[in-house]
Amino acid sequence: MDIVFLSAAVFLALVMALTLYRAIAGPTVLDRMIGVNAIGSKTTAMLVLIGLIYHKVDMFVDIAIAYACLNFIAVLAASRYFQKKKGLYDEPQEE
Amino acid sequence: MLDILVTLLLILGLVFFLGGSIGILRYPDFYSRLHPAGKLDSLGLLLTMSAMALYTVGQWNLGAVLAAVKIMLIVVFVFITSPTATHAIVDAGVRAGMRPWTRSKEGSEHDLAA
Amino acid sequence: MNDSSQMETTCASSPPGSVKEPVKSRRFGLAFWLTFAISMATWMVLSGLFDVFHLTLGVIGCAIVADLNARAMWPDVKLGHTLRQWRRFVAYVPWLLWQVWLANLHLLRLTFHPRMMQLINPRIVSFKSRIHNQMGMFILANSITLTPGTVTVFASVMGRFTVHAIDDASARALPGEMEDRVAKIFED
Repeated sequence: MDIVFLSAAVFLALVMALTLYRAIAGPTVLDRMIGVNAIGSKTTAMLVLIGLIYHKVDMFVDIAIAYACLNFIAVLAASRYFQKKKGLYDEPQEE
Repeated sequence: MLDILVTLLLILGLVFFLGGSIGILRYPDFYSRLHPAGKLDSLGLLLTMSAMALYTVGQWNLGAVLAAVKIMLIVVFVFITSPTATHAIVDAGVRAGMRPWTRSKEGSEHDLAA
Repeated sequence: MNDSSQMETTCASSPPGSVKEPVKSRRFGLAFWLTFAISMATWMVLSGLFDVFHLTLGVIGCAIVADLNARAMWPDVKLGHTLRQWRRFVAYVPWLLWQVWLANLHLLRLTFHPRMMQLINPRIVSFKSRIHNQMGMFILANSITLTPGTVTVFASVMGRFTVHAIDDASARALPGEMEDRVAKIFED
């Protein structure tokens, strides 16, 4: 079973790398936020997978719970912050 | 037997995760990108997490069962918070006055500011 | 259906004379014990230690948390009423999961379709809901967001929902059966 979880974790990392493109190149700040949020929710699954690979699920599950909470709070705080900013439109292509 | 079920659920969940990522890359504008981001990820998380909880509970001791309950607790938490987070992002976009992309460039029938 | 009386207590814009005086709940009433039971169960699952020391710590912590939060969480709680609502909500969850599964398959097909740009037709639709209960509106808005094809953009206190739909089929399905089922949870 270890090989299954290992390959699943590798595949999940590749999927996260795909999402990273949107977080880096998204035309607006909110697109980047979508990318980061998607990476965060995949990280929760990734943490439990790592726990299964190292046979320490009971430890990594706690980290996953904390990460899920943090991801939610981070998205809420970031979207409330950018609501009051003018940075939401297409960013000017300087430098 | 349990291993086959766990593997199938895991693969199914990973397919949904892949769909979410491809959707985030392919859809034309910010509003439609939220559809795969908020929901395909939730279902993918549900499927992968239930696969892992099933595998964990297969070992049958108290610690394993508690870990499985915690994994399902994460799923419940994500199913409550993920729509809320999606709504927060949409709200930020609406207040900034972003227009949704429509196919027939004539704008949407209802004004967003209403 | 007592939507009108619900409106008077929840809507801030109603005239001051018609607002009912909220029932003064006792300090260690039902709300306290419900909060205490839920947080204690969470404590035991998360700690995983069942010796006397950790259970005592849990009882002390959960009592403090429940005393501070109970009356904010359940402003008016009646045992039979609340239990009935919970039972109906638990019956609603499997149907919701099935809808989420069906609609996710639809969105997955759209995403992997090579001619996706011709298939989708994003638009904003809005409809008036007959649910005025705050919790009901929260559940309905989250259910709409979880069902793919639709994302709740805005939900007003008066029950007006603005929804972003990804294609024609998902826009046509609104508000539909989901609203009836959510309304049934809170119908008394």
